[in-house]
Amino acid sequence: MIEFVQHLVNGLSLGAIYALIALGYTMVFGILQLINFAHGDVYMLGAFIGMYTSRAFHLADHPSVWALLLILFTAMTGCAIVGFLIERIAYRPLRKSPRINLLITAVGVSLFLEFSGQLVFGADPKFFPQVFSINADFSFGELKINPLQVLVFGISITLMTILQTIIYKTRAGRAMRAASFSHDLASLMGIPTDRVISFTFMLGSALAGAAGVLVGLIYPKIEPLMGSMPGLKAFVAAVLGGIGNVTGAVVGALILGLSESFLVGYGYPTFRDALAFALLILILLFKPTGLFGSKRTEKV
Amino acid sequence: MKKLTRFSALALTLLAIAGCTKKDTTTTNTNSTAASATEIVVGEVGSMTGSEATFGTSTHQGIELAFEQINAAGGVKGKKFRVITLDDQGKPDEAATAVTKLITQDKIAALLGEVASSRSLAMAPIAQAHGVPMITPSSTNPKVTEQGDYIFRVCFIDPFQGTVMAKFAKENLKIKNVAILRDVKNDYSVGLADFFTQTFTKNGGTIVVDQSYSAGDMDFKSQLTAIRAKKPEAIYVPGYYTEVGLIARQAKELGLNVPLMGGDGWDSPKLTEIGGKSIEGSFFSNHYSPEDQSPVVQKFIAEYKTKYGVIPDGLAAMGYDAAKVLADAMTRAPDLNSTSVKAAIAATKEYPGVTGVITLNEHRDPVKSAVVLKVAAGGYKYQTTVKP
Repeated sequence: MIEFVQHLVNGLSLGAIYALIALGYTMVFGILQLINFAHGDVYMLGAFIGMYTSRAFHLADHPSVWALLLILFTAMTGCAIVGFLIERIAYRPLRKSPRINLLITAVGVSLFLEFSGQLVFGADPKFFPQVFSINADFSFGELKINPLQVLVFGISITLMTILQTIIYKTRAGRAMRAASFSHDLASLMGIPTDRVISFTFMLGSALAGAAGVLVGLIYPKIEPLMGSMPGLKAFVAAVLGGIGNVTGAVVGALILGLSESFLVGYGYPTFRDALAFALLILILLFKPTGLFGSKRTEKV
Repeated sequence: MKKLTRFSALALTLLAIAGCTKKDTTTTNTNSTAASATEIVVGEVGSMTGSEATFGTSTHQGIELAFEQINAAGGVKGKKFRVITLDDQGKPDEAATAVTKLITQDKIAALLGEVASSRSLAMAPIAQAHGVPMITPSSTNPKVTEQGDYIFRVCFIDPFQGTVMAKFAKENLKIKNVAILRDVKNDYSVGLADFFTQTFTKNGGTIVVDQSYSAGDMDFKSQLTAIRAKKPEAIYVPGYYTEVGLIARQAKELGLNVPLMGGDGWDSPKLTEIGGKSIEGSFFSNHYSPEDQSPVVQKFIAEYKTKYGVIPDGLAAMGYDAAKVLADAMTRAPDLNSTSVKAAIAATKEYPGVTGVITLNEHRDPVKSAVVLKVAAGGYKYQTTVKP
């Protein structure tokens, strides 16, 4: 029984990490109908920005919540800038071309980031400085919970709520929904679509940056290729929940995390990565819109 | 905008052309020098980058130091050694490409490398087919030297390494129940886990659970939770250091306070960096211990420290020994034909290496002892030496 509950906890915390990445994926898809394959690599950049910031300020010597906030801030800002540049340089010139061109460009940007990362940061794994630790003990007998993972879980849910609020309750959100409905019509109504799209990209990339830092704290080994597999899995999670749907992304990610955890824990560790893609195939076959997706869902 | 696009296209084309020309000149250069009569060109393939980068760099530094000393002493048969090092990024297919290039373009006389058995297994058939002697410093999987009579190694092999840890667990740690967590994508890890199981169960121990992961994973909690349920007294994790560091952390988080045990794939400064306090108190088998007081070892450590400023790890020592064994064989060989060099390497007898006395048996494997080290705060503590 305790083993089962532990697997449940492990799965939820793994899912929370996929959720953080999936949120950015789903937002960008919602507005552009573009699968931004570079998203996982922006997450990698977030981790590296966090690492270099904490090295520069020797933050690991005095772990504190301020240190965490500082590296979160720099990583999120840095990633937002990268996201802005990617959209401006790689995607905007292709706005009017067929969707497949954009998709291929996204793959190109992803590879560009991965391999420039290897060139700049070096390809060997780096240690992520432990700038923040929680002393609280979240264990109930045999059941052990890493307090950091509780934090990540909380952050994922909070970010999801904030995003929902931005999208449905603010002017910017309304502009985003309008732009996602039709770029041309939205511009005719006086909405600066280009700026709205830039904003969405920056928001999504900042989320990826935050994910990079938080993952670095929990799994303190970062490397330039770290973004590709979690990126793909987050994509599967987003599709599972209904791509373009913020709540769906989080639910999809939690389902993926849980099923991976149980599959590995009960004896099939080699199928870990296969599972995600099997789920993708199944969902595309039987419910292509995803669990929460429907034709009427407003995409953002 | 159009202008910009056109400009970048032009720039890209120029870059591509520049890239090609640069490549061409290096090839012609190496070809002309390879033919020179005053030097012996040796090829080295290693993971200079990638997730096992410290394996490649340590080995390379050991090899570099060895050839520097040999050249300073006048070289072999009046010729100086020149090493061409290629990076395989830790990928078997890259290793195969690198070997083909070294043999066909650079016309190397002998080949040194790789550390990882998976990569050596990709390289060995190519070296064998071209009749180029190859010495792997530290690939311990038995299959490597089975590829042919041109393939040698200077390290012990997995059956022995697995046996060492099984014996150590039984006799020194006095434990009976061990869990295994192996990297299924890695020939080395699977080999070690199998041989450990064999010896440990033969000696009356029990493997309570056998779990696996794939290199590159970052979450091991599911496996560790399953292991925890079986209450082992130790976990045998014969993987590479990056994953082992994370596994140690997550084991502690789950309250699994038992020692981990592993093989020479742990030997890297990154192990303690990633694993932190969690990895302390764990044990692994290795090729040599810097605490060994024998003059050969202490002299090597002193020279290595002067050149690189750090204490050499086991893989640096293996690289050094591999290069020295090659030079020794070339000195003894009547000429530098690949068949004579091959025969001379095969005849290596009681060569006093840093990692022990090296005598190659009929399978082209050395018979030598291993040490068991304990990971402690600030370094590795020597535990015991296990003889074959």
